[in-house]
Amino acid sequence: MSKPTFVYVTYIAATPEKVWQALTDPDLTEKYWFGYRVSARGQAGDPVTAVSPRGKEVHRDALIESDPPRRLSYSWHPLYRGMSDERPSRVTFTIEPFKNQIRLTIVHDDFDEGSKVYESIKGGWPAVLSSLKSFLETGCGLESSWSEADQKRVAEMEAGL
Amino acid sequence: MIDISKFKPKTVYVTYIAATPEAVWQALTDPAFTRQYFVGFSVEVEPKAGGTFKMLYPDGRTHIGGQVVEWSPPRRFACTWVVEGMADFAELPACIVTYEIEPAGEAVRLTMTEAHSWDVPEAILAGGRGGWPAILSSLKSVLETGKPLAIQMSPPPEMMDAVKKAAAERPWLK
Repeated sequence: MSKPTFVYVTYIAATPEKVWQALTDPDLTEKYWFGYRVSARGQAGDPVTAVSPRGKEVHRDALIESDPPRRLSYSWHPLYRGMSDERPSRVTFTIEPFKNQIRLTIVHDDFDEGSKVYESIKGGWPAVLSSLKSFLETGCGLESSWSEADQKRVAEMEAGL
Repeated sequence: MIDISKFKPKTVYVTYIAATPEAVWQALTDPAFTRQYFVGFSVEVEPKAGGTFKMLYPDGRTHIGGQVVEWSPPRRFACTWVVEGMADFAELPACIVTYEIEPAGEAVRLTMTEAHSWDVPEAILAGGRGGWPAILSSLKSVLETGKPLAIQMSPPPEMMDAVKKAAAERPWLK
């Protein structure tokens, strides 16, 4: 088994600046990231925070690279029990103009073999980025598709923080 | 008769769309929709397993030809694909493209799987890896905003060379 890497590409009818703001401003992430407030503003080394809809800090991340509106990279370190002992992985967003749209590429890598965090993000990113696209193109993100069981499980994971 | 078990998924793309399963099914199977988001091609499909499947150029020539493997509206649509409209590409074995439509809360999760029966070189898979995100992003925009994205795609140069080589050497026969 080799080290896993997650790659996903989507095309969005929006300007690079709007995409950048949506990825880094918690008032905007809250509208499409299923209620999570993610703040990724500042310069390399500055903290990146992620707060759940229940007000819990669920990540301890840091900016690796911030080159608005082209390239954003930060470490990914969820604090949930069962995941917090893994070393941080790395998320990199690249925003490229493409005719009247942008191409958004995410590479989430730097996982060890057998990473539980990888298993959780590979299903999550297509949902979050689809919701981001809907938000930028229609003004509304997607509703969470989590079942009641999923929601209960996440609430339990947070309760331990 | 095609042996589906010989086909392994090589490229998978997932997107969530704020639309009903029926609307997504129509977008995949109705030429009025595919013309908008699928690089200008019109789909022409006999709505049953074993039916013919085609994607046509605006002038009516066939670009992609194949057969319906599964027709289960509005959940699953699978067909074989051969790029009949391009020399060398037409020599390659058919792949199978499967669309799965699942409810996801108020939205729909659309999963596209491209599966092959032989050890396809990465340079050939690069075509789909580049094309599917653009095509399915545009499908999502059509259903959610009424407007497709303006994306022109052409096969990457390495892909053209790799297809030519495969058509000449026929590695799937070895």
